[in-house]
Amino acid sequence: MIIWIQKAIGFAALITLAALGELLTEKSGGLNLGTPGTMCVGAATGFIAAFRYCQAVEEPSVIIILILTLLVSFLSAMLIGLIYSFFTVTLRINQNVVGLVLTIFGCGLAEFLSIYFVQSSSGNVRCDPANRVFTALIPWVSEKLGVVSDLLFSYGFMLYVTIAIAVGMHLVFNKTRIGLNLRAVGESPATADAAGINVSRYKYAASCIGSGITGLAGVYCVMEFKSGAWATADISTIQAFGWMAVALVIFAVWKPLNLLWGSLVFGICYWAYQYLPGMLGIKVSTDLAQMLPYIITIIVLIIVSLGKKKENLGPASLGMTYFREER
Amino acid sequence: MAPERTPVIQLKGITKRFGSSVIANDDITMDIYEGEILALLGENGSGKTTLLNMLSGIYYPDSGEIYVRGEHVSIRSPHDAYLLGIGMIHQHFKLVNVFTAAENIILGIDEGAVIDLKTAKKRILEICSEYGFEIDPDQKIYDMSVSQKQTLEIVKALYRGADVLILDEPTAVLTPQETEKLFNVIRNMRNAGKTIVIITHKLQEVLEISDRVAILRKGRYIDSVPTCDATELSLTEMMVGQKVELNIDRPEPKNCELRLSVRGLSCKNAENIEVLKDITFDAYSGEILGIAGISGCGQKELLESIAGLQKPEPGAEIVYISPEGKNESLIGKTPKKIRAMGVSLSFVPEDRIGMGLVGSMGMVDNMLLKTYNRGSTPLTDKKPSKRLAEQIREDLAVVTPSIGTPVRMLSGGNVQKVLVGRELSSSPTVLMTAYAVRGLDINTSYVIYRLLNEQKEKGVAVVFVGEDLDVLLALSDRILVLCGGRVSGILDARTATKEQVGYLMTNIPEEQEAQDEKQ
Amino acid sequence: MKNSKIAHEPLFHITKRPPMSKLSAFSVRIGAFFAALILSALFVLITIGIDPWTFIKTMIKGAFGVPGAEKADSFSAFWSIFSKDSYFWITLKTACKLLLIAVALAPAFKMRFWNIGAEGQLLAGGMGAAFLMFNYGTLPVYILLPLMLIVSIVCGAVWAVIPAVFKAKFNTNETLFTLMMNYIAMKIVDYFYNLWRGPMSALGMINPSTNAGWLRSIWSGKEAAWFRNEDLIFMFIIILITVLMYLYLRFTKQGYEIAVVGDSQNTAKYAGISVNKVMLRTMAISGAICGLCGFLCVSSQSHTITSTLGNGYGFTAIIVAWLSKFNTFVMVGVSILIVALENGSMLMANTYGDLGFSPASAKIIVGVMLLLIIGCEFFINYKLAFRSRAAKKEEVTE
Repeated sequence: MIIWIQKAIGFAALITLAALGELLTEKSGGLNLGTPGTMCVGAATGFIAAFRYCQAVEEPSVIIILILTLLVSFLSAMLIGLIYSFFTVTLRINQNVVGLVLTIFGCGLAEFLSIYFVQSSSGNVRCDPANRVFTALIPWVSEKLGVVSDLLFSYGFMLYVTIAIAVGMHLVFNKTRIGLNLRAVGESPATADAAGINVSRYKYAASCIGSGITGLAGVYCVMEFKSGAWATADISTIQAFGWMAVALVIFAVWKPLNLLWGSLVFGICYWAYQYLPGMLGIKVSTDLAQMLPYIITIIVLIIVSLGKKKENLGPASLGMTYFREER
Repeated sequence: MAPERTPVIQLKGITKRFGSSVIANDDITMDIYEGEILALLGENGSGKTTLLNMLSGIYYPDSGEIYVRGEHVSIRSPHDAYLLGIGMIHQHFKLVNVFTAAENIILGIDEGAVIDLKTAKKRILEICSEYGFEIDPDQKIYDMSVSQKQTLEIVKALYRGADVLILDEPTAVLTPQETEKLFNVIRNMRNAGKTIVIITHKLQEVLEISDRVAILRKGRYIDSVPTCDATELSLTEMMVGQKVELNIDRPEPKNCELRLSVRGLSCKNAENIEVLKDITFDAYSGEILGIAGISGCGQKELLESIAGLQKPEPGAEIVYISPEGKNESLIGKTPKKIRAMGVSLSFVPEDRIGMGLVGSMGMVDNMLLKTYNRGSTPLTDKKPSKRLAEQIREDLAVVTPSIGTPVRMLSGGNVQKVLVGRELSSSPTVLMTAYAVRGLDINTSYVIYRLLNEQKEKGVAVVFVGEDLDVLLALSDRILVLCGGRVSGILDARTATKEQVGYLMTNIPEEQEAQDEKQ
Repeated sequence: MKNSKIAHEPLFHITKRPPMSKLSAFSVRIGAFFAALILSALFVLITIGIDPWTFIKTMIKGAFGVPGAEKADSFSAFWSIFSKDSYFWITLKTACKLLLIAVALAPAFKMRFWNIGAEGQLLAGGMGAAFLMFNYGTLPVYILLPLMLIVSIVCGAVWAVIPAVFKAKFNTNETLFTLMMNYIAMKIVDYFYNLWRGPMSALGMINPSTNAGWLRSIWSGKEAAWFRNEDLIFMFIIILITVLMYLYLRFTKQGYEIAVVGDSQNTAKYAGISVNKVMLRTMAISGAICGLCGFLCVSSQSHTITSTLGNGYGFTAIIVAWLSKFNTFVMVGVSILIVALENGSMLMANTYGDLGFSPASAKIIVGVMLLLIIGCEFFINYKLAFRSRAAKKEEVTE
């Protein structure tokens, strides 16, 4: 049971992080279906940076691994976000189309880069030092508190970073001027524009930073979830996680704090096949259990559209392009 | 007007085009002075809103210069406008629905990174008490009435320190009481030194509230006069050009038979607000029944209920009496069913491209809209509609590159000709038109009047919803006046005066009030 | 006053342009294509050092050529491009699959219904076919195949109608709904795949010995002829449906209704068209064609089922449909173009794999091409109005 929840939490943190990035983009009115591609790029570039650095240096420094990995994956994913916003905001191309192209492009790019720089098209490549950095536990609390340690402190630092980002995002959305403006851009760009908010700038910033965060989720996936091993075959796994993150955003009705427990539901479903049989003696198919998150998401989507509460419907201008002079 | 007063805003040679053919503003040069209430007067489509949208940063002029307090400026965005102290209250409010009033007000202002709603609310309430507004800063927009939203927009502009306020047709959506309240607030603001520009086409309001009137006509600046020197007549002349003696024919109604009988019609809109209340009237063949009222008083819902596009409340009766004397109830029928019943009902809706026509299709395909389902094959038969399109193009002199050109590309007048042409082609027995001449030039308007009269003489029962009282009085045989979704009177158009109609538009006579009470 | 920044004009502003003539719109797109080609050639030159000429030659060969043949000058060599394993044939076949999905999406998109669930609808159809094939392989051909066809079509249609019902009833966001339906379909396919394969590592083809449920079982036992060819029938059906869809959208009453609903729902109601009915019917058609595609893929191509049956073309087809502006004949060209790019770069990868040109590079090339081609739509719909030079100079002197 505890291992199940542990695993679920690990998985939850991973897709929460990716979903946080997507959520930020969606809050500005951009439905970025390029999330899976972005995640792949973030994963590949982050891993390459760590791998190359560890190869080049005799004794890799923990700090440098950390900064290098995160920074590289964040920036490269941001670049994808930049392409997305350039096409959807400046060139006003349909968001779905651009997103899908970017997923194709991103996955290809991730594969290409990993082959080009890691020089292996098949089999696993490991980067253990980086894995150690990402899975390092917090010294005291992770050992001395019994079940609490196991449940809450048996994870690498990214889990806590994810929670911090979620809480931070919640505060930014609700307490700061930037958050207010951003929500306004997503709800009604014309209003935001009339209020003197630079709509394009907010959309650009949200998609770029959002994509960056999604990219971090990619590298988090490789370093912790995949234990620091990289194979090009993993790209399809990461891609699936990316789609799950898109679903999670809907599931959480566009609220960062909801992502935290929502992802836990996803995580428990994801691992159910491994632990449920042992616990209850029921044989559960992996595939059917993994289907549950999507079904739940659909149910949430329907309930939300049934409800009268307008706050839950998601950003009103989601998926639309804004052109001030449209008549 | 004291001569030493300086203009706070100067427009020099402003021109704005939409597409290649439409010139919305043509070389406009005018001044706006500090501390005045300026009314910008012009008919629908004369370019008032476009002009002021360029001051508020929504549009960017194609050519011309804007000076604010003597400085040459370029207003690229609403943000620039705010920095210059210009605030515009649009007809379609720019508010975020899921935000509270206070959140909407502080939106986009640069006052530190963390929102301080407490201080903001205090300041909002201060502004409210200073000028006499009433708002609850914590109310969500989707719970607000139109008038509350408008108030909020004005407070928003003031909160940002706007000292030039532009109001785009502020009274169009207000009740008379609300209008009076608004005017008081506007006067308060003027007395506090603000400059206010009101866009309107209602002469009464111009005379009541403004200090000075500037007139636009067909995108050109005509003149400006101090309000104290203006009369309704002189303003009309400037607004419409040469003194118009409306020269609309009005043949005597012949062979009047009851064609449409409406009893106790009530109707609710999407927000569950009652927009039509107990409407009762008859329409006869061979006459034009005019419908007057402030816009948004239920005209749209009335016509749509008859056409089968709105669901009336239970208890209503809409009966169509065919020329053969058969009675058919239209309640609960879709437009398709009504057509299938053999009721020849034509409807020219207010929203021409959003409802009456398919913007992306050409004339031919648009002719098919109501008849595409004819014939038993699964295929559409385009030959008759092609012929019809050619005929309408010729008869009504529609200007279009070809009958296949998307109607969205045509000018407003030509779009209306296409729509009216199609609706008349089905030789209706009842013809309903909503704002049939809105935004059309004089010539096209007369074409429409002529067509309506032709229909009347053919024995069609014509229902004409209009906004220009002169036209209504000259064209109709009887006038039904709506006020707040109720019938406030039915007048004989030959004897009624403009004042009578105007009065009924804003007042429900007491005896009727009493009658309603009894029911 | 407060801010001096606002005292100068913007460098340019964007306005909507009147519709471009078809010719110039076409040339803009061609221009974008060549720009993308040049960019890709440069990318290849820089990363693996292959000169642009070789690159283009290989791309063309990979897309339309014959394996091994260096020169296609003789008559028989020309005919060999129609042989079963020529690149040309494979491109054509694959393009047909992409085309069919795009054609399926056309009516939905024309109605402005963002059906991005084609992948799932295809899988639903394929699953239906495979299920019958696996469990009822003993049925006679003339019962099994028609049954598979019908079940596939129904499965695809149902998969598409579910989101449409909720859209019609509660206005549930269809983009997100159909997206989720994809993954549910994939997981269902995975479930059966794993169930059927049992302890084996892969499922392999279903009924490899009896060929039950295979398209070719129709003519089993008869002598071979050029028209007894699964690929040929596959393509023929697809081209037939493409033509039919074109006619449907253009000349039928239902096609007219779709166009009206897509333009404005208010107009549709005004004309007495029931928007919900049209929405459900159109999505049923859209899903049914996807389901049919699933049937064709299972029965005539893969002869088995996996969750990668659609090859991601359910998503790529969205791009195809969007680029083609719902015109099914334009879709033919766009599908061939995309598949040609893919296959061309695959040959590049096979030939120059040792130099570092991986299949991934192929994906990048396709991605770049698509980005540039969709990007050029901007220049077709909008124009940039630069301020005149004179005005700029004036500002400098100020």
